[in-house]
Amino acid sequence: MITKSSVQIRKEWDIVGARQMGRNLAKELGFGTVDQARITTAISELARNIYLYADKGKVAYEKIEDMNKKGLRIVASDQGPGIHDLSKVMEDGFSTSGGLGAGLPGVKRLMDCFDIVSEPGMGTTITTIKWVR
Amino acid sequence: MEPYKFDVNNYRNLLKKYIASQDETSLYQAEQFSKLSMQHNISPEEIINVHIQALKELYPDLPVEIDSSMNFLLETMISYGLAYQEFQTLREKQGELESEISIAANMQQTLLSTTIPDIVGLDIGAISVPSHQMNGDYYHFVTDESNNLGIAIADVIGKGIPAALAMSMIKYSLDSFPETMRNPSVILENLNRVVEQNVDTSMFITMFYGLFNPETGSLQFSSAGHEPGFYYCADKDQFFEMTTKGLVLGVSDQATYEQFDITMESDDMVVLLTDGVTECRIGERFIDTEEVLEVIRKYMHLPAQEAVELVYRHFERLQDFQLRDDFTLIFLKK
Repeated sequence: MITKSSVQIRKEWDIVGARQMGRNLAKELGFGTVDQARITTAISELARNIYLYADKGKVAYEKIEDMNKKGLRIVASDQGPGIHDLSKVMEDGFSTSGGLGAGLPGVKRLMDCFDIVSEPGMGTTITTIKWVR
Repeated sequence: MEPYKFDVNNYRNLLKKYIASQDETSLYQAEQFSKLSMQHNISPEEIINVHIQALKELYPDLPVEIDSSMNFLLETMISYGLAYQEFQTLREKQGELESEISIAANMQQTLLSTTIPDIVGLDIGAISVPSHQMNGDYYHFVTDESNNLGIAIADVIGKGIPAALAMSMIKYSLDSFPETMRNPSVILENLNRVVEQNVDTSMFITMFYGLFNPETGSLQFSSAGHEPGFYYCADKDQFFEMTTKGLVLGVSDQATYEQFDITMESDDMVVLLTDGVTECRIGERFIDTEEVLEVIRKYMHLPAQEAVELVYRHFERLQDFQLRDDFTLIFLKK
């Protein structure tokens, strides 16, 4: 069974909305408190990136529930300027906003699966999954 | 005391004991718990989660406000956890870089190695110690078929890996010059062009080049802005600065280098060095030339190699065993 939903990101306030939806879904799926906090932090990072660099985009959620495992798939996509040097942004210690530990490497650490597709001028799509332990 | 495992039971018991007695032993165990958690890459938010669980087990009627406040704390710590993980990764990376640099430093030593030749009537001592892993100083000895000795000593202004790379270039240029080209001023003019054409303008190299004739005791030399050496005249029992003129290498392709010469008599000595010796600092103060010469004088009666090593030990100790600049010293004793 797959349930889909999404939040549009246009203004900073939408980041909160994205977090809220993610947290609700994470709770429903039975994630523990720590994982709920990690998932929402990851959503914050993804939504914030859209807000800061792409102007607008969306964060979409899919509950994955099959026989063996349950999880939450989060897809953040935008039609912004895209990322020229993917390996650079995935490098620790590199952050345009000057934050510590955050950024895309942070999202990768918080989640179980991480994939990014980006084309300069076309936009960026980041897909992440967290499995219920 | 028992060994610690990272689990809620353990933590709960510890917490319970502490709340009851507020004893130092429990706090010490909490410290152990914290260290062990770090060893196992447990992030701060997980510790807080364990704390929340333990608290709920100990106080099933925990006020809902306290419960919420603990969740609030957990959320707040997530970013610290991430920063901590990033720090771990960066620390591993740093370790890798350090080992790469140490391999490069070994390679540099092999590339730039020179052997001190046996010259009848001349006792030679030389030492070169980098302040960090890679050496920006360089010295080289070369002899020709009539047993003349060529001596090069150089210092790259700038440190670390770029300096070391530039030095390798100097060495190979020197090696590639024909053996007939022995004239110090000509050698420096040629090197100057090599440096000028191949090295970034922000990097300068100072160099002294000398040619010693063991038959006559004459030392011809030129210098490209290098720290002046000293000539010790045994007859007068005095040191003289070997004043020279010449622009550092790499500034202008038109640079020319005047050539000087001295004749060494028995028991005379020539001291060549880099600014790591003369600009040795004690606290905030630079050492002055007189002090350098005093130290040299103290050891110069010894065999040359032993003497340079003892002078180095002296300055190393003076600077609390932390060289601020690469240190190179050569004694030529007749």
